[in-house]
Amino acid sequence: MIDLQHIHRDFQVGDQIVHALDDVTLSVKAGDYVSTMGPSGSGKSTLLNLIGLLDRATRGRYRLNDEDVTTLSDAEQAETRNRRIGFVFQAFHLVPRLTARENVELPLILAGLPPEQRQGRVAASLEALQLSDRAHHKPDQLSGGQRQRVAIARATVTEPAVLLADEPTGNLDQKSGRDVIDVLESLNARGITLIVVTHDPELGERARRRVLMRDGRIESDMVR
Amino acid sequence: MLLRDFARLTGASLVAHRLRSFLTMLGIAVGITAVVLLTSIGEGVHRFVLDEFTQFGTNLIAINPGRVTTHGGSMGVFGTERPLTIADAEALKRLPGVLGVVPVVQGNAEVDAGNRSRRATVYGAGAQWPQTFNMQVRSGRFLPQDDPTAPRALAVLGSRMRTELFAGRNPLGQRISVGGSRYRVIGVMESKGTVLGFDLDDTVYIPAARGLELFNRDSLFEIDVLYDDDAVLEKVVAAIKNVLTARHGREDYTLTTQQQMLDVLGSVLNVLTFAVAAIGGISLLVGAIGIATIMTIAVNERVGEIGLIRALGARRGQVLGLFLAEATVLAAIGGLCGLALGVGLATLLEVAVPALPVHTPWIYVGLAEGLAACIGLLAGVLPARRAAGLNPVEALRAE
Repeated sequence: MIDLQHIHRDFQVGDQIVHALDDVTLSVKAGDYVSTMGPSGSGKSTLLNLIGLLDRATRGRYRLNDEDVTTLSDAEQAETRNRRIGFVFQAFHLVPRLTARENVELPLILAGLPPEQRQGRVAASLEALQLSDRAHHKPDQLSGGQRQRVAIARATVTEPAVLLADEPTGNLDQKSGRDVIDVLESLNARGITLIVVTHDPELGERARRRVLMRDGRIESDMVR
Repeated sequence: MLLRDFARLTGASLVAHRLRSFLTMLGIAVGITAVVLLTSIGEGVHRFVLDEFTQFGTNLIAINPGRVTTHGGSMGVFGTERPLTIADAEALKRLPGVLGVVPVVQGNAEVDAGNRSRRATVYGAGAQWPQTFNMQVRSGRFLPQDDPTAPRALAVLGSRMRTELFAGRNPLGQRISVGGSRYRVIGVMESKGTVLGFDLDDTVYIPAARGLELFNRDSLFEIDVLYDDDAVLEKVVAAIKNVLTARHGREDYTLTTQQQMLDVLGSVLNVLTFAVAAIGGISLLVGAIGIATIMTIAVNERVGEIGLIRALGARRGQVLGLFLAEATVLAAIGGLCGLALGVGLATLLEVAVPALPVHTPWIYVGLAEGLAACIGLLAGVLPARRAAGLNPVEALRAE
């Protein structure tokens, strides 16, 4: 499913070159549940951005679904993100002036799907996350947990193979955080590949496979 | 992305900042209003001046004695030009395509009628004056087609002259004296008003031959030729030159067509209209800077959102398009408001001050709207390029 071979990612910071990822090799099977933990600056977010095709490796090879995606053009990357990858962010990243339904609709709009094809999928996605009665609310009328559920609905409306969550509970209270984790895990149970980046050991422990990163390298990779 | 979704997203972001969008549009609206209003006034003045000049008709050729050229050395006896005579005018009457020929001599003389006296412009003219200059006789008739060298002493009054000299009385058949010679009034002209400050009604017309005598001249001021609408101007000009050059032995006269004068005048007036439009353009430029400012702010505010839609699969080009569309729509709507305002004010001005010529050419209105949209597009280019160029990872981190 996801196959990273000897990935390097270097950043130029002033005169110095920072090795955010230093020879990372990682394979994730379809349907797996992976947590990525590690201190700040260990490269876990960079790894997630790279898997999500938001970033490019300096060196190394990345295959997604047996297709080499290392050298895709900007437009091809965008299309792959749209079709195969769902993102869930710590800060939700909902568009404030659009309703919950319109936010969920965004990836389908960007894909150029006609409205009649979008309606059913958006409704189903909202329904699955118990947001149907919140569909016409703007983000500022929703609670934190509801906002993150809208973001998850948006990430899954395109039925991607991979769901990438960067600190999905970081901005939530404990109860909402647990709800969000339940939602993510139930999606994983239905076959979506789930990769979670987190600081929270309790959340990290829940994953089947736990990758621990330090200084741009994978320090340990345990399967439960 | 479908066009209507594109439009909906653009609209949503403009509506989200209603006041800001409104104020930005206002900037463009004021600019377009200025452009429309100023070009309307400019075009109105243009038409007004052209109308003043074409009220005598456009198919006119004026022939004046003398030729403006520079020669090396003294011309001696050949340098003296022959006078333009009434016989010359008579000769031109026989040319094909010529409808009217008027010999003109002009001067100032004392005109007396009974106990009233007035100094006025006196025209020595030919019988075809009214049709050539598109003027009407109100009562009586114009000077008849007499023997051109020995015409009878008849006179026609301009309408102002008539009221000044005869007040309520009927002037027809009355005796007047022009420059000491006695004339009989046979007609009164319809009022023509003033042209560029010159009162055309404060005049007396007498036969050209008597005018030459009165002002003690042997050359006419001018011969005016009216030619047929269907005639080819170049052919008429060539025929006139042929006749006059044969009669004078060389080209010692100057020939000016009304068309030439109108062309020169038209180009001068076009510069005027363009100049006032450029003044309006300055306020449009200020509006454009407003759009560029607002779009720059909008991009800065929405960095996180830009990162998000990139993550959701938007290409750079789509981000660029969204921001360009916002700027263009702002300007286009502002432009439409400006057009409505400009045309409205122009119409109001026309009603309130009828003397001020205002004319809104619709081509300018279309151009102004196109210009507004282009300005929006251009003003949006820099901010939109910045938005499209953002690194999605960094953009997502910004929030």
